[in-house]
Amino acid sequence: MLSRRTLLKYLTAGSTVAVAPGLAFAKANGDARFVLTILRGAADGLAIAAPYADPDYRKLRGELALDRPNSAGGVLDLDGFFGLHPRLVSTHQRFLEREALLVHAVASPYRRRSHFDGQDVLENGGGRVGAMRDGWLNRALEPLGGGQGRETAIALAQNPPLVLRGPESVGSWAPSRLADADAGTIDRLRQLYRDDTFFADRLEQALKSQSIATDMNDVDGRARRAEQLKANMTAAGRFLEAEGGPRIAVVETGGWDTHANQGAANGALANQLEALDSGLAALHAALGEQWRNTVVVVVTEFGRTARVNGTRGTDHGTASAALVLGGAVNGGRVLGDWPGLGARDLLEARDLAPTADLRSVFKGVLTEHLGLASGYVDARVFPGSDSVQALQGIVRA
Amino acid sequence: MNKYAVIAANRFGLGARPGELDAIAGEPKAWLLAQIGAAAKGTAGTPRTPEVFEEIRALRAARDRSGANEAAPDIVKAYGRTVRAHYVEQAGARYRQAASTETPFAERLVHFWANHFAVSVDKQPLPAIAGLYENEAIRPHVGGSFTELLLAAERHPAMLLYLDNQRSVGPNSELGKRANRRQSRRSIGLNENLAREILELHTLGVDGGYTQDDVTEFAHVITGWSIGGAGERGRFADGTPGEFEFREAIHEPGAKSVLGKRYGEDGVEQGEQVLRDLAAHPSTARHLALKLVRHFVADDPPASLVDKLTAVYLANDTQLAPVYAALIAATEPWTVPHGKYKTPHDFVISAFRAFDHVPDRPQFTVNALDLLGQTPWRPGSPAGWSDRTQDWDGADALYKRIEWSNAVARIAGNRVDPLELGDLALGCAFSDRSRKAIARAESRLQGTTLLLASPDFQRR
Repeated sequence: MLSRRTLLKYLTAGSTVAVAPGLAFAKANGDARFVLTILRGAADGLAIAAPYADPDYRKLRGELALDRPNSAGGVLDLDGFFGLHPRLVSTHQRFLEREALLVHAVASPYRRRSHFDGQDVLENGGGRVGAMRDGWLNRALEPLGGGQGRETAIALAQNPPLVLRGPESVGSWAPSRLADADAGTIDRLRQLYRDDTFFADRLEQALKSQSIATDMNDVDGRARRAEQLKANMTAAGRFLEAEGGPRIAVVETGGWDTHANQGAANGALANQLEALDSGLAALHAALGEQWRNTVVVVVTEFGRTARVNGTRGTDHGTASAALVLGGAVNGGRVLGDWPGLGARDLLEARDLAPTADLRSVFKGVLTEHLGLASGYVDARVFPGSDSVQALQGIVRA
Repeated sequence: MNKYAVIAANRFGLGARPGELDAIAGEPKAWLLAQIGAAAKGTAGTPRTPEVFEEIRALRAARDRSGANEAAPDIVKAYGRTVRAHYVEQAGARYRQAASTETPFAERLVHFWANHFAVSVDKQPLPAIAGLYENEAIRPHVGGSFTELLLAAERHPAMLLYLDNQRSVGPNSELGKRANRRQSRRSIGLNENLAREILELHTLGVDGGYTQDDVTEFAHVITGWSIGGAGERGRFADGTPGEFEFREAIHEPGAKSVLGKRYGEDGVEQGEQVLRDLAAHPSTARHLALKLVRHFVADDPPASLVDKLTAVYLANDTQLAPVYAALIAATEPWTVPHGKYKTPHDFVISAFRAFDHVPDRPQFTVNALDLLGQTPWRPGSPAGWSDRTQDWDGADALYKRIEWSNAVARIAGNRVDPLELGDLALGCAFSDRSRKAIARAESRLQGTTLLLASPDFQRR
């Protein structure tokens, strides 16, 4: 006898015929809330959660290595092997309260190292660059109902990112003032302007004025950027908390491309992580009662090199870590199959090797939490992903 | 991709739209020449000046009757709101047209001449009619003769109102004499403003060889150049509101002498004759040639090219098409891409065009230009916006451009590929340095910011 899963797959595989709504649901969950957070720029999974007990960790990471738990600037222990970055304080608290879990050595199916293409694969859900013109989360909306004027999903951005674009109507919202260019962008402009004194001189002068006029302690715009993320997270929480509002939100944040001076317990990446942590805390607070119905997934397009590079940073890599948190999460666990950091364990002798597919995390959320039928998810949301099993047990039973 | 196509599209045009560089690559110069005369097409959907003028005039009269502020705040608000609505609508139409036109060189010429004959919306009721002025007085004539362009600009209600000529009264005119007899304390008399700016800015140039006497005499010549409905009641009220109206009763009678030439009394035609002679004056030829070369070649215009255009202008009875053709045929504009730092106006339009985006929210465009320091039709003086880098090169101005680039990139999100966008917009002027920086950006969004803020994109 065919299992339910196989039956649905059989009914939908390879067909472009719309799946009947009744078949699209395994179990409807009208209360479920979902927030997808995309860290653009390739966030370093080995800094988000350090495998501090891995024998090769310290050697590989050099000055970027984080100290063991219970020391000054040491990681926040998860399970005796992994520890969260010391700035992820409130996320760690969620973990201790079994409301957060970590999936390590996880990646999208993309295996090259272009940010644009990597984000395209992460968001289109079709398994390769340009495979789909719309985003997987938009395709997941169809069985959830909603529509023009009562959108199920909202992007905290002026325009929805690819992951949320497609035939289903989605909302978007961003604070109306001009957002400041982030410090990373300004740094890159400095580089770009380097040989053109007309531009270089003016930019330096403007930045100097900018820092005087705004906040003496915020020369690199870090505080402003953190405020932006916090504002977006707070808004996302409010939208998802509102009666009759959307149930799904997408928040994106940049500044993760730490090629130089990445820092360890302190420094550029630490500041990014602190901003993320307080953003997630703000989301938690804004969701109020709905927190218990919420799953938040934090992902990035790919990870970074395991070794430190020549400019005290890391270059584009492959696997990273994903965070899953929320009141609905069956947390307190680190999932994934740790590949190790030995010379032969690394992908192409440089990157953390992926042992899990991000689509399995997404599939787990869509089926267990939002109640979509796995056949629908396999056929329509992530076409061509039959071999990628949904991660089981993400949500509390 | 040759540099000629890039220069044609980005320096002579308004910035390449996707596909434009390829389409014109074969014959970029012919593409430009074919556009001369194409500008006469107006922007769609705007009303004509008299309609708007009448509406504004009625609101203003109601406001004045109400005793302004306290008595009837609604009326005051209604006036402001209406003026503002016309302004935003006209600005929206202008930038939509600029973003979408397939004859961008002709459109650039419209903007160039509208700025040469600048009005500024910081004076009422200019915000309500500045865009109409551009369409009615400038646009039809940019491919014709400068004489016709000059006559159209100086006779337009927007110009007459902006430079205060509608109530300029000749001391010996019928009204002037009566006022003198009564020793009227109401300000009635000559206003030199328009006459001076015609000589200084629109024709001869500040060093064009005129004296204060010429200014005064010329001001006498154009007394009576007014508009219908210039006042609510009395002498200035008649005529079709919002149309040019020659008011014999305030025109200074008699023959007058301007730049050493005597003009017999001939009513409105006296002024027209002076304008014709001014248009054909060698100083005007040089002044216009200098401004054109500065706009299309470099802040410091090469003298040889200025000489050449001056001669072509004078040899062709103020016809502009031969002047444009000589400019296009010259070698100077075609040496290197990127000779000019874009004005905010150039930058915003070229960004729209690079994205193949026709801005559908006029307020967004107005806000952008406001932020960047070039509010539409608001140069703040009859000299118009400067065409020199030194007047746009502030550090904060650059930072604002970066912020706006970032804002546009956020709107575009990760939908566009900035490398592709750069290739399509900049062709061979897209430097390796920019390309690399963009390729290494952490997101398409960031790459788009870098592209728009890059020196390659900021120059034309």
